[in-house]
Amino acid sequence: MALSQNEVLAGLAEIVNDETGIAADAVQLEKSFTDDLDIDSISMMTIVVNAEDKFGVKIPDEEVKNLVTVGDAVNFITNAQ
Amino acid sequence: MTQKIVVTGLGATTPLGGDARSTWKALLAGESGISTIEAEWVAKYELPVTFAGQAKVSASEVLTPQEIKRLDPSSQFALIAAREAWADAGSPDVVPERLAVEYATGIGGVWTLLDAYDALKEKGPRRVLPMTIPMLMPNGPAAAIGMDIAARGGVRTAVSACASSTEAVANAIARLRSGEIDVVVAGGCESGIHPLPIAAFAAMHALSRRNDNPAAASRPYDLNRDGFVMGEGAGALVLETEEHAKKRGARIYAELVGGAVTSDAHHITAPDPEGTGAARAVSAALSQANAKPEDVVHINAHATSTPVGDIAEYTALLRVFGDHLSKIAVSATKSSTGHLLGGAGAIEAIFTVLALHERTAPPTINLENQDPAIPLDVVTSPRALPEGPILAISTSFGFGGHNAVIAFRSYQG
Repeated sequence: MALSQNEVLAGLAEIVNDETGIAADAVQLEKSFTDDLDIDSISMMTIVVNAEDKFGVKIPDEEVKNLVTVGDAVNFITNAQ
Repeated sequence: MTQKIVVTGLGATTPLGGDARSTWKALLAGESGISTIEAEWVAKYELPVTFAGQAKVSASEVLTPQEIKRLDPSSQFALIAAREAWADAGSPDVVPERLAVEYATGIGGVWTLLDAYDALKEKGPRRVLPMTIPMLMPNGPAAAIGMDIAARGGVRTAVSACASSTEAVANAIARLRSGEIDVVVAGGCESGIHPLPIAAFAAMHALSRRNDNPAAASRPYDLNRDGFVMGEGAGALVLETEEHAKKRGARIYAELVGGAVTSDAHHITAPDPEGTGAARAVSAALSQANAKPEDVVHINAHATSTPVGDIAEYTALLRVFGDHLSKIAVSATKSSTGHLLGGAGAIEAIFTVLALHERTAPPTINLENQDPAIPLDVVTSPRALPEGPILAISTSFGFGGHNAVIAFRSYQG
């Protein structure tokens, strides 16, 4: 069964926290991965791969640059399920 | 006049303890840090050697989960040791451009490399972590320390197998004497207790196989020594010009008075049986110290507990010290710690510094029947060193024919 947007956000926040130490509740839809959360490209790639595993989706490399905000990623994952 | 170089901070994480002080205390107490490896891979690969000197305190108990994730285990140990040394030195206020790092490893990020290869084989290239390269590179530990303390005066890595971290300390001397640098964090680390290095060292018959009694396996100079014991961990020293240290009122442990490297060009792994290259390194370090062989009261020997290596080192020392050798208190501390490879010289430098500072030579354990071919005065229980200005050296030799020797003098103020 596909996860809701909130469930994807919670799961993604957990991945971000695990990789970077950023508090899960700071990972909000409108936050930018680079400008707000200070996540570098190396961490971003690890987060993407972990998200693929967790949500059973494929996030193509060329798509990653479009995932500017947490909301972009949550929407992509929710739709890709 | 040449600027004096002093030691103002010490840090370590070793098979004997999670910091320099507890390591030193356990060493003086004659403890062994060697034990059976409990990991499942020992049985899985039917390794011929089932024990090692494993870090007493796991890095994950000290660092954050993110640091653990982003650093190879060798860099994790390095960061722990360097942070301790830095704090021990009073977190010096130093201009970043005048702060340098000379930090070694023997093998580099072997866990990262081999874990990544496993991931590639089992799950494909997309599952190879993007941090793999910066984690496996041998300058990774030095770079991690450099970023942690904001060192912008140059971060370098000596790689000369088991001589690496003694060479790193020696390399710090020129940097500090150049006038360009005030403080250097020097040392080395290793995290090679992984099935592949164990299998490989065992394949060359370099390791002790005393699987039934690990604590007795590392026995330098003993007739029944049968190879070295792998260890893991790190050591770090804060080295500083005397002028800089005095200006900030730092506590000074000892003076670093010499450091020299030579090479054998004899054999890729076997020591030169004549010991001429090793002897030249000792002589050069003493010469830098303006010292005579007779001035040396204590040696922290390389002494890995291999049948050939211990004799070769004795031959080299005899070449330099002659009759005076029998008057020198020799400690073979790998008997307690195992052989930390690229971290060995660093923790032995710390032991040498503390031996001078506390005027106590640490014991060599497991010496039951001293090899008559090596008639050294081996310290077997903590022994007081003389009053007054005294000199000690620490020796390290590595595969590749590397010889590195550093000399310290008690600090007289």
